[in-house]
Amino acid sequence: MSDQNTQAAHPPAPAHATADHHEHPTWKQYKWVAFWLTLITAVEVWVYYTPFKESSLFAPTLLVMSAVKFTMVVAYYMHIKYDHWIFKRLFLLGLSIATVTILALLFLFGKLKIGG
Amino acid sequence: MATAVAHASDGHAGDSGHGEHAHYTTTGLEHRKIAIWAFIGSECMLFASLISTYLIYKGRSKVGPMPHEFSCKVSNVVASTADGVAALGCAAADVMKPILDIPVTSQSTFVLLMSSLAMVLALEGVENHGKPGYDRWFKGSKFWLAMTALMGAAFLGYQAYEFTAFVHEGLTIKTNLFGSSFFTLTGFHGAHVSAGVLWLLTLLAIDMKRGLKGKNDVLVVDICALYWHFVDVVWIAIFTLIYLIQ
Repeated sequence: MSDQNTQAAHPPAPAHATADHHEHPTWKQYKWVAFWLTLITAVEVWVYYTPFKESSLFAPTLLVMSAVKFTMVVAYYMHIKYDHWIFKRLFLLGLSIATVTILALLFLFGKLKIGG
Repeated sequence: MATAVAHASDGHAGDSGHGEHAHYTTTGLEHRKIAIWAFIGSECMLFASLISTYLIYKGRSKVGPMPHEFSCKVSNVVASTADGVAALGCAAADVMKPILDIPVTSQSTFVLLMSSLAMVLALEGVENHGKPGYDRWFKGSKFWLAMTALMGAAFLGYQAYEFTAFVHEGLTIKTNLFGSSFFTLTGFHGAHVSAGVLWLLTLLAIDMKRGLKGKNDVLVVDICALYWHFVDVVWIAIFTLIYLIQ
């Protein structure tokens, strides 16, 4: 953390101070993530213009594709996959509360029903 | 957060020139990084409330225009096709088309997704500043920061075009429940993108003036990148839930 010139002026960082230093995905991985994001988005839009749009599986299929895109960006671009567990849990805590809030409100206002 | 061990003296765990100040908590983690993740977690809750509101109000508008359905200006009847509305007694001149423009929004979604790629390349440029190969313009942080800001601005341009078209077609924030929840949700997202573009332009100006290099600058760009990617993932959810699923 500190170089030799500044060590005298400042105490060294704690031994665990480098815990937030992490590996990053590679250039190649970044490009592959961009490729898959583009491909999945193209498929989502294509599906929208097909008769599959009328199917009851349309919404679940789109939600799965969207979740895959979301996970790819968070895991690789936000490098949470490679980061410290505290960052991961801070994010997942907020995301979990957000998801439960959406589901609870949709049930409360009758947009979702248990057992159809 | 907790007090850093190194804070016992002057609050600086390390200082390696360039005004670098690393502030560590007792967890050993940089407190600014903890703060941005906590902020992102709380932002998830903000957008969850806005998305919930949109979904709850979906289909409850009494008057058109509607997001995915045809409606009648006069009788306010709604159907999934233009013929369906006509069959319900609506004159052809009074039929309002579904208002969401999927081709245009697909383009803006693509632009925002690619801006995330530009952002990770900008961060890589800062991390590898001065290393062989990274002195070329297309590998450097300046180019990719500018590209990210440009794509963010392009996304905002698409949004301005969309909002203007909606207003011309008769949908404002006070027209119906769809208009209120739609403009609030996408407007909040647009405000976040605008803040991100300003942040990126600030970093670009610093990069032009003195160059972004060293551990502190990597952290500063990393924090901005995390915010930018978050804005991207929120749009991934909005695009599917609001634009594609009827």
